[in-house]
Amino acid sequence: MQIAQYKQGIFALALLSSTLLTGCQTAPPMLYQWEGYQPQVYEYFKGQGSGAEAQSSKLEADLQKIRATGKTPPPGYHAHLGLLYSQAGKNDQVVEQFRTEKELFPEATLYMDFLLKKLVK
Amino acid sequence: MRALLFKIGSFKIVTALFVILLATGCATKQAYDYTAYKQIRPRSILVLPPVNNSPDVKATYSVLSHATLPLAEAGYYVFPVTLVDETFKNNGLSTPADIHAVAPKKLQEIFGADAALYITITQYGSSYTVLSSAAIVAANAKLLDLKTGTLLWQGSARASNDENRNQNNGGLAGLLIAAIVNQIANQVTDASHSVAGVTSQRLLSAGHPNGILYGPRSPKYQTD
Repeated sequence: MQIAQYKQGIFALALLSSTLLTGCQTAPPMLYQWEGYQPQVYEYFKGQGSGAEAQSSKLEADLQKIRATGKTPPPGYHAHLGLLYSQAGKNDQVVEQFRTEKELFPEATLYMDFLLKKLVK
Repeated sequence: MRALLFKIGSFKIVTALFVILLATGCATKQAYDYTAYKQIRPRSILVLPPVNNSPDVKATYSVLSHATLPLAEAGYYVFPVTLVDETFKNNGLSTPADIHAVAPKKLQEIFGADAALYITITQYGSSYTVLSSAAIVAANAKLLDLKTGTLLWQGSARASNDENRNQNNGGLAGLLIAAIVNQIANQVTDASHSVAGVTSQRLLSAGHPNGILYGPRSPKYQTD
């Protein structure tokens, strides 16, 4: 009897905290859907360039999630993915990613063109 | 009856003191002069690898990997921090101090960025005091217009995982920060790195006094 009451109490508490949490998350609409971008950037820096394959597949999987919701990945997402592909020697995919970054963010045009020119050489 | 009167009296005094504290708290914060910032209105920000003045070698890349979110959500295009770092390395610039010393005009030519953010980490990692041990991350930042080298904004922020959870500093922003702390804490176990995420939010998000202004990609652009 007492255990049942205790369980009910826990359930009520869990419900309350979940409504509180969702309340916080939905309050300001985010401009971008971030998924694992920043943690992956940190992984990249920590690994000093190793593990590029695993990191790019994680970002690709996240990109599917972002596309499914119709939102935009954050600035740098496609460019970082391009960097990972370049380390795996997949130059065609590098070009594709850098071009997507430009399309989404024309502010990146000069820098992406600078990198694309180096890639062609 | 007398005791009750006394109680009411002391309650009033406490309330008055509290109000005075609040008022002075607000009054001492001088409003930031945004004249140059509002004249130039940068669209894109190049975040340079932070200079690290703490003993922890992880600080630079920990803070750098947290810098994109607040600035991008404020409405700016933020250059891909990993690629930018590689570009500097390929050009023989391997330390943040060397990178910070590059002429603004040169950065503008290579990246086409409107502004650059120069972060300096003053504290990173665990600090042991008599009462507690806490992970603390403190940093300051300067936003420079790359065409002219003009200072557009500067600020500083600090966070620790020892802060009072009930203390709600800054209404909605405070709640958001609390949510972000929880989110990051669940993702990684590196305490200093998650604290760096809070420092970065406090330092680089828009919509609070003396902070970064909203950028062109935000619906709140030119409202602050």
